[in-house]
Amino acid sequence: MSTRLATGGSRIDRSKPRRFTFDGAGLRGFAGDTLASALLANNRMLVGRSFKYHRPRGIVAAGVEEPNALVNLGTGARHEPNQRATTTALFEGLTATPQNVWPSLDHDIGAVNGLFAPFLTAGFYYKMFLYPRAFWKHVYEPFIRQSAGLGRAPAPEDADPDTYEHFHAFCDVLVAGGGVAGLQAARVAARAGQRVLVLEQTSHWGGRAPVDGGTIDGQTTEAWTAATLAELAALPNVRFRTQVMVAGVYDHGYVLAHETVADDRPGAKGPRHRLWRIRATRIISATGAIERPLSFAGNDVPGVMLASAVRDYIAHYAVSPGDRVVIVTNNDDAYRTALAVHRAGLTVPVILDARPAGGGALMAEARAAGLRVETGRAIAKVLGTKRVTGVAVCAQAGEGAVLDTIPCDAVAMSGGWSPVVHLWSHCGGKLIWDADRAMFRPDAARPPTDHTGAGFVTCTGAANGALTLAEVLADAGATGQVDAPLEAALAPVWMMPQGAGPKLRAKAWLDFQNDVKVSDVQQAAQEGYQSVEHAKRYTTLGMATDQGKLSNINGLAILSDALGQPIPQTGTTTFRPPYAPISMGAIGGAARGDVFQPIRRTCLYDWHEAAGAHWEPVGQWRRPYCYPRAGETHQDAVRREITTVRSAVGLLDASTLGKLIVKGPDAGRFLDLIYTNMMSTLAVGRCRYGLMCNENGFLSDDGVVARMSDDTFLCHTTTGGADRIHAHLEEWLQTEWWDLQVYVANVTEHWAQFAVVGPKARQVLEKLGGLDVSKSALPFMNWAEGTLGGVTARVFRISFSGELSYEIAVPVSLGRAFWDALLAAGAEYGAAPYGTEALHVLRAEKGFIMIGDETDGTVIPQDLGLDWAISKKKPDYIGKRGQERLRMVDPDRWKLVGLETLDGSVIPDGAYAVADGRNANGQRNTQGRVTSTYFSPTLGRGIAMGLVRRGPDRMGEVIEFPKLDGSSVKARIVSPVFYDPNGEKQDA
Amino acid sequence: MLILTCPYCGVAGEETEFHAGGEAHLKRFGPGSSDDDFDAYMFARKNPKGVHFERWRHVFGCGKWFHAARDTATLQVFGTYPAQVSGPPQDILDRIAAATSAHAAK
Ligand SMILES: [Zn+2]
Repeated sequence: MSTRLATGGSRIDRSKPRRFTFDGAGLRGFAGDTLASALLANNRMLVGRSFKYHRPRGIVAAGVEEPNALVNLGTGARHEPNQRATTTALFEGLTATPQNVWPSLDHDIGAVNGLFAPFLTAGFYYKMFLYPRAFWKHVYEPFIRQSAGLGRAPAPEDADPDTYEHFHAFCDVLVAGGGVAGLQAARVAARAGQRVLVLEQTSHWGGRAPVDGGTIDGQTTEAWTAATLAELAALPNVRFRTQVMVAGVYDHGYVLAHETVADDRPGAKGPRHRLWRIRATRIISATGAIERPLSFAGNDVPGVMLASAVRDYIAHYAVSPGDRVVIVTNNDDAYRTALAVHRAGLTVPVILDARPAGGGALMAEARAAGLRVETGRAIAKVLGTKRVTGVAVCAQAGEGAVLDTIPCDAVAMSGGWSPVVHLWSHCGGKLIWDADRAMFRPDAARPPTDHTGAGFVTCTGAANGALTLAEVLADAGATGQVDAPLEAALAPVWMMPQGAGPKLRAKAWLDFQNDVKVSDVQQAAQEGYQSVEHAKRYTTLGMATDQGKLSNINGLAILSDALGQPIPQTGTTTFRPPYAPISMGAIGGAARGDVFQPIRRTCLYDWHEAAGAHWEPVGQWRRPYCYPRAGETHQDAVRREITTVRSAVGLLDASTLGKLIVKGPDAGRFLDLIYTNMMSTLAVGRCRYGLMCNENGFLSDDGVVARMSDDTFLCHTTTGGADRIHAHLEEWLQTEWWDLQVYVANVTEHWAQFAVVGPKARQVLEKLGGLDVSKSALPFMNWAEGTLGGVTARVFRISFSGELSYEIAVPVSLGRAFWDALLAAGAEYGAAPYGTEALHVLRAEKGFIMIGDETDGTVIPQDLGLDWAISKKKPDYIGKRGQERLRMVDPDRWKLVGLETLDGSVIPDGAYAVADGRNANGQRNTQGRVTSTYFSPTLGRGIAMGLVRRGPDRMGEVIEFPKLDGSSVKARIVSPVFYDPNGEKQDA
Repeated sequence: MLILTCPYCGVAGEETEFHAGGEAHLKRFGPGSSDDDFDAYMFARKNPKGVHFERWRHVFGCGKWFHAARDTATLQVFGTYPAQVSGPPQDILDRIAAATSAHAAK
């Protein structure tokens, strides 16, 4: 059994007990424990079930590389799946449940999958679920959905109650990793005067050194670490933090790191996680190495652990993973575990060393301690299902003939060490295969490069392949005297035993989290998967949340062997950030709720709010959709507002309308290139409706242009178009026609703009007094500047409703006062505000197009009957060449028409008109679609606009629009101008 | 995230401060051009693994368009220069040539 030892444990505080629950059972640990160490202390080795076969799985590692011990952590809104028990700090009241179990961890029905294991091999999903097609919906898809995914997502209605923040940092040198190598490298950089930031992912400094031993200049590694930290702390140019995991290195030295601030204090004030956004000139990756498992049958049975993890649990937490621990290794390092287990008073029945000649000084030390060492030996298979009960021993060189059976309750395995090269590789640093030490390590000649072309990441210590303490220190630039045992060479062991047959290989796991076995990778190779990237996706090796930290190298060694090629030729898969999972909350940071994005408010925002406006988002603006009065539905309000405009006078806050000043000696020439129509001929004091297209010829924006003076134009854009069109003008001005002398300024927010619309509009303005707004003084499509009600204003006689209409622009600071004056003057004429929905219906009644309704990026002005606004005289404008393309002049194009339902109903928005016959997919052919559709209170019936094939040539024809309920509605093709077709009202 | 220096205001900024505008030095084909020329102008873009001349706008800064000569593989930036030219300036071409020959020598 696994248990707490009576003494020891460098990280735990036995005076601070901590209660927690796992799988409903109340358990106890100590402050300083991880959830994993506390579970082991309570003899809870079995912590979950595997993803595919639901095999019992136990704790394998002691750090971030843990593949099995993933739990659901927390409850309610703080429930979070896939949390690694090995990196979860224990706290009072922690609640965790196992994953992938049903109905329970001990008796799992999904384990029956194991019986079908022969069918669940590589590529299973691709092969099995293809046929018969009819099985997809009711058999295959429910099965896949049931078994897909690790853990359970939090309930969608539970908003994350915690807060998160981003943190920006800048440094000359970022050191990732606070072990001996990282601290030493930081010291070198700090002494050179660099601004240094040292980030360590765990809560502790010193890395593996405190457990692995050795001395530096006569000091223990703990003392050396403490002294180095003290030296760094005294320097003003060094900052260092624990619990910050460097997650990713990006272009030109951008780094993201993830800090766990308060995971062990749920509900505490302040952020739970921080996302560090770092700019580093140089990055030193001192991220260490990760031990590899060995591939033998039953290597996933609970109780089989990494050798380094076994001694970590003993040293840090005084937890023994087992009473009898068999060691199996291909290198010297695992002997440290044997000695640690032995010194903790536990039994090491045997050390199985796959190397025929065994190891060096550490092996001698083990033998001297009385431990039994068997060289050239291997594990044929592990005995036990939910817990190791023993191992069958064989020769490594053979096929697995059992020589001996040894009872034990834990196995500590070591297949060698793989440098953590992720941060080196994220931005393209290349690796070389070090055959002597059986590892991929950074190729210093091919680093990731920065904007100057120089390398900006270096690896040091174990991350650079320097595995022993002496090598680590030397690699990090120290000259200290190291006392540590000399180690004999490792012998690569990718399969144990070497000649294992199919039965053993099918029980030898590579990827514990995704249930990928040696036999799966070999099968992939057999089926023609030669690229490691393809084999990865076919078998799902390394695709789980641990991203193959334990499995990748073993997997590609097996693949290389199966393909009969050397390992470097196979290569690695791509290392992508993040190094370990980070929370979505941290990525979002503070950008939630009200501060998710800014809201743009006109100067009347508060007035609208007080008037009970129902808001509509338009880009980042909020505009009133309508102003419902007591007892009114939104629909009632919209109809009342339309009637007010048509019969009396309505007031609209049009301040969001884009306003661009285009000024300069060449402004007219420039606008002739920008708009489809001629603008240079516009007289001062006149307005003209203009269309802008992109170079493809598609209609992009529209609006009224007013000529202010000889060299100045005011171009109105749509509400959503102001910034986009401003950028469009700047782009052409700066990058194509830079010889033109023109300035563009976006003055949208400088002016409040109100539309006064309706037959009584003129009376309201005359009551305000000032500027002559009579028909003769200010005719339709003219503008004038003057005072109205004592306020300097620009008055434009333009109409988007077909009514007599004035748009009045006043400086934004006077907007509210002017609006109040308008309301007061309009009261006796029945003036009332109207919103965007009334605006839309009014314009549709008049047949005016709306960018985004009648246009969708594939519509040219000619489709919309706007040929009158396209100059035939101009040699060029943006989009002219595009509109000359064959497809654009095809008479079969869908063109704008009005649609009048025969029954007076409203056609559903976006409905398609069907045509005879069916297309290649068996769908009805179509001949048009609805682009705008409303109930018109003015006409008392449904009206619509749509694009119909050869529509304008088919006036009077009736076409049919199917509805979602299976019925359909018939509509007659008519002119899109439903209201006042001769334009007498707007001209009044 | 790239760091680029705006040749107008001199600010070295994060990539998020800029807006990418695709291949630089395109020749516009307008009315009267052949279908092939117009098609190539609109849709055919170079996508080299290596040196690329590209358009950027300092959109959250001075608002100016400029060009950058950047190696898409190594991310080395050989320089940025104003957009009001029809080809890269000689000093940038020299820098690219020097880097390429240094690379070939390795
Ligand atoms: Zn700039």
